[in-house]
Amino acid sequence: MGGVWVVGEVDAAGALTKLSGEAATAARALGEAGSLDVRGVIVAAEPDGAAASLATFLPVVLTVRSPEALEQTAAAVIAARVAALVGAATEPPSYVVVGATPDGRDLAGALSALLEVGVLVGATGLAWGNAAEGVPAGPRVEMQPFGGRIVTTSAFTGDRGIILLRSNMVVAEPLAAPGRVEAGAAVEGLDVAPVRVVERIVAQSTGPSIDGARVIVSGGRGVGGPEGFAGLGELAGLLGGAVGATRAAVDAGWVDYAIQIGQTGKTVKPAVYLAFGVSGAIQHKVGMQTAETIVAVNRDPDAPIGEFADLFVVADLAAVVPALAAALRARAG
Amino acid sequence: MRIVVLMKPVPDPGEERLGADGRLDRSVSAVINGNDEYVLEAALQLVEAHGGEVTLLSMAPAGMTDPIRKALAMGAARAVLVTDPGLAGACAWSTAQVLAAALRTLEYDLVLAGADTSDGGGGVVGSAIATLLHHPYLSHARKIEPFEGGVRVERISAVGHDVLEAALPAVVAGTQLLGEPRYPSLRGIMGARSKEIATRTLAEIGLDDRPVGGAHATTTLLDTRAPAARGSTRVVRDLDPAAAAAAIVDFLVERRAL
Repeated sequence: MGGVWVVGEVDAAGALTKLSGEAATAARALGEAGSLDVRGVIVAAEPDGAAASLATFLPVVLTVRSPEALEQTAAAVIAARVAALVGAATEPPSYVVVGATPDGRDLAGALSALLEVGVLVGATGLAWGNAAEGVPAGPRVEMQPFGGRIVTTSAFTGDRGIILLRSNMVVAEPLAAPGRVEAGAAVEGLDVAPVRVVERIVAQSTGPSIDGARVIVSGGRGVGGPEGFAGLGELAGLLGGAVGATRAAVDAGWVDYAIQIGQTGKTVKPAVYLAFGVSGAIQHKVGMQTAETIVAVNRDPDAPIGEFADLFVVADLAAVVPALAAALRARAG
Repeated sequence: MRIVVLMKPVPDPGEERLGADGRLDRSVSAVINGNDEYVLEAALQLVEAHGGEVTLLSMAPAGMTDPIRKALAMGAARAVLVTDPGLAGACAWSTAQVLAAALRTLEYDLVLAGADTSDGGGGVVGSAIATLLHHPYLSHARKIEPFEGGVRVERISAVGHDVLEAALPAVVAGTQLLGEPRYPSLRGIMGARSKEIATRTLAEIGLDDRPVGGAHATTTLLDTRAPAARGSTRVVRDLDPAAAAAAIVDFLVERRAL
């Protein structure tokens, strides 16, 4: 049986993403349980730095230098290169693990078509399972569909597949000693239609990213405007967290779509979710209900969020936000 | 401009449940997948500005036509519904092959899809379809703009957005930022009744001898369970702001979250 490959993701600065370390750690555990060889792959214009980072988690990391990754969308380039590498490998992988980011999803879809294998999307947990129930031994993939209203375990029906792992499901653990970085076989990329990146626009900073934030201070329509969000930003700063928002707040133009949580935004799982002026409509709930601790402040005692928050404070957030900031500052001394 | 919009009828968000067979229970009321509605709106605006027509393409059980009728009422010209008993339980890879095969029977310049689906779909099908058809794939679009022979897309990135360009035909996956979908007008609703929903079986799109559908699914569900129950909600009210703030701090300390 082939092994497990982890395709690492490189950020705009050329560094390995945090989720890639988590994916590598999850893949390593899978490899140990299933006695599979595990290696990493970095495809980038300058892969060496990210490959060295990935090698802190994995015994072997292959690099593919792809200058075209600068001028084209990354997923198409990476999919073509990884598929070619798989095709040329003496021991092609059985499983490929990728982080469930926008680029990761694009990559997984393309790779699925090039390798003709299935994909399990949005894994919240990974374990090895023995052959049973009509499926071969292989990864057992836990997912939380419908915004976490149910928990499922799925498997591949054959001995190959691609797994997209969500962020913050696994704690990244480096190896005792880093692995080695090798140049991957120089193989031509397969034919994937190119998409040119004409320009990369960096927007004004929207503050720390909600992806992977331990604490999220979130606001909805009840926050009232951008000034209200400035107050939430201060709270987030005091708590070492990030600001999130509901679609209503984004649609009103108060904050950027990048921080929208919910059905058409991001799904998050922070340790603490502080919701201010958030009604808790289903479209928002599906993006945050698996947070470990949910505290909601809302003037409306009948707001749906009161049904699933751990602490529900019925109060005017305009008064509570500054009071909470003062209390946190006092605690910090 | 001939545009095909991939449209998935999904259970009303919040109402989704699994049937006894472990598959999605399709008997709950179906709606147009949220992100698909945004790309449909974008498609309608594109043909209004540049001429052409919008064709809907869905893969769904035969009876699930209410969301398709709604999309026709919004302004799509016609719909193609791939439906076959063998498709129940199809995996993402099967779905991609079926939709790609159906697209091969249609004429188009642009294929639009929602960035992901609310019923657990992970947004990988559009990319797989594009790859199968050797079309460029432009995802996470917040703006779609055709030019001579090509399409320009603003793709949301972690730090802002990237401007992408590719030749047509292309597959574009769009997001809510494309703009609020319209409501069907009364005239649209009346007109939709006479629009065609052409059904196609697997044989009719040339896939009857291919390993697609539930019997050939690459993935399978082994087990479902309820998530660990949240504890009961502690409610506090009628406190002055300082006391409310103290209640929050105390609670976070008690949960070892601070």
